[in-house]
Amino acid sequence: MAKVFARPESLVDMQNHYCPGCTHGIIHRLIAEVMDELKFADRAIGVAPVGCAVLGYMYFACDMQEAAHGRAPAVATGIKRVVPDGVVFTYQGDGDLASIGCAEIVHAAARGENITTIFVNNGIYGMTGGQMAPTTLPGDKTSTSPYGRDTHKQGFPIRVAEMLATLDGPAYIARVSVHSVPNIVRARRAIKKAFEYQIAGKGFTLVEVLSTCPTNWGLTPLEALDKVAKDMLPYYPLGEYKDVESEAGAKK
Amino acid sequence: MSERVLMKGNEAIAEAAIQAGCRFFFGYPITPQNELPEYMSRRMPQVEGTFLQAESEVAAINMVYGAAGAGARVMTSSSSPGISLKQEGISYLAGAELPAVIVNIVRGGPGLGSIQPSQGDYFQAVKGGGHGDYRLLVLAPANLQEAVDLVTEAFDLADLYRNPVLILGDGLLGQMMEPVLADLYRNPVLILGDGLLGQMMEPVEFRKLPKRELPPKTWATTGMRHHPHKNIINSLVLDAPGLEKHNLHLQEKYARMKLNEQRAESLHCADAEVVIVAYGSTARIAKTAVMSLRQSGLKVGLFRPVTLWPFPVNALGELVPKVKAFLTVEMSAGQMVEDVKLAVNGARPVHFYGRMGGMVPTPEEISSECVRVLGGVR
Ligand SMILES: Cc1ncc(C[n+]2csc(CCOP(=O)(O)OP(=O)(O)O)c2C)c(N)n1
Ligand code: SF4
Ligand SMILES: [Mg+2]
Repeated sequence: MAKVFARPESLVDMQNHYCPGCTHGIIHRLIAEVMDELKFADRAIGVAPVGCAVLGYMYFACDMQEAAHGRAPAVATGIKRVVPDGVVFTYQGDGDLASIGCAEIVHAAARGENITTIFVNNGIYGMTGGQMAPTTLPGDKTSTSPYGRDTHKQGFPIRVAEMLATLDGPAYIARVSVHSVPNIVRARRAIKKAFEYQIAGKGFTLVEVLSTCPTNWGLTPLEALDKVAKDMLPYYPLGEYKDVESEAGAKK
Repeated sequence: MSERVLMKGNEAIAEAAIQAGCRFFFGYPITPQNELPEYMSRRMPQVEGTFLQAESEVAAINMVYGAAGAGARVMTSSSSPGISLKQEGISYLAGAELPAVIVNIVRGGPGLGSIQPSQGDYFQAVKGGGHGDYRLLVLAPANLQEAVDLVTEAFDLADLYRNPVLILGDGLLGQMMEPVLADLYRNPVLILGDGLLGQMMEPVEFRKLPKRELPPKTWATTGMRHHPHKNIINSLVLDAPGLEKHNLHLQEKYARMKLNEQRAESLHCADAEVVIVAYGSTARIAKTAVMSLRQSGLKVGLFRPVTLWPFPVNALGELVPKVKAFLTVEMSAGQMVEDVKLAVNGARPVHFYGRMGGMVPTPEEISSECVRVLGGVR
């Protein structure tokens, strides 16, 4: 009997620690599927963040480094400069990337560092128990915005994909979501493209993935998926924000 | 055939790193160490190495982490405020047991302080600086020849122990020009250049130290095509017994360093009644004081720690029974003096003389302080 669905080889066969219904697991799987398909696991070096994905260094079946909070793009830069023919990626949450690590991601992007960042935007600090993130939507309640995020006092969410797309360094910037099957398919396509661009040496690539945190959103997994569609999509429109290939095409 | 060439401290340290096989440098500008990254930016492309000016010292030390984790010989340099920013990364390097060389050309503090020489970062260098129970090997050169030799040593020791090594210099050392022993000159080439190129010196080859046997970096994350199993660079150990075990392993390593790596230099200590204890540039000034006091027939000596961690307690301890008193001199409010007191353990008086804020003690000041201490012990 033919096997039609199996664990990607690039995911280690072990139990992970993510909460039931959390979409971190889906995103891990998509990366591993792309690693399998493009066959680069043996030259991949991943960088795990500080956040719920901190143990990501155990889950991917490739060499991994665990970075300090927010510093993954700098660590990945160091790795890539030493192993230029390696495929180097960071996996980062929104607190990690858009708050404490804002400088590192902006400058890695501006340098056109030839690495790939998978940016998991769940609008909250999952690991530390649901505090406000720079990406928390206006009005949303978290453990440090108990009355709802008040933009007069707590400012506005950062749209990372749009912000980084203003730079000349990046080769590919996209925002995708994993709240439904068609979106998961599109997310996989974007992640694949990002890695293909890196392998072709085109420069910095980032895929922002809208993700859920049912635990700290206080929702069931299904309600959490609905919230992505209803609340997050209007604020964080999906799409490709930068693609050097289509720009080149457009100029012709 | 050894010849002497004139070099600036910061440049000599940079060239020594390149000759020690360092091919990756990540840094951020700060006075008084700018000549070091500037030199690297000129030299690295010539040796197919990487110079990268990072967006901050925080980023630079984390680039060092990534590069060291991928198995490279890597260096960063900075001065006091920048070294403060690197402390998080240094703690991670120590926790993940990554070899790297960090240069601190210390300036006056606290805060933005000044750009003049200081030794006010001693505590930060030898007592931790970052979080957690960790140690750095800390080397303190007193002249450029020693700085050059210690840079080579620093890379070897880092690799040998899988531990970050800090070179603690000061603004004086970084800025001074001094002859260094070089084995040969490269053939001079005529280049039509600009002001920048004009300041560039001909690369020279420093005298070589004996080669050490170093363990292969089988743990480096270079991709699984290079090794049978997945490699992980990490400092996270979530379970308490596991993290205690990791800490015990680190402590065992630090104990080996204490046993094997203490270094110091003694001058006129054999019959000395008072021994001055000083390191780095201060030790050089103290040496002038000792020489002139000796000429006036006074029995004073100089003990100069070369390794600040491990502190040379054994060699200092040997002096205790022979000496009547110690005088520690620092460009600080008195930091190393605490380690001197620990080593002497109350057996003899330990005096202190210090200048701060970029003020450099003169040989005359040190001499008169020494005479005062001598008067007290007679
Ligand atoms: C320097 C530092 N500051 C704070 C923390 C605590 N901390 C751990 S994870 C985290 C936030 C993670 O949130 P995010 O990046 O959004 O990831 P998520 O857990 O939501 O996937 C924080 C603040 C830390 N480990 N280090
Ligand atoms: S806390 Fe949130 S982000 Fe973290 S694993 Fe649980 S559901 Fe996922
Ligand atoms: Mg988050």
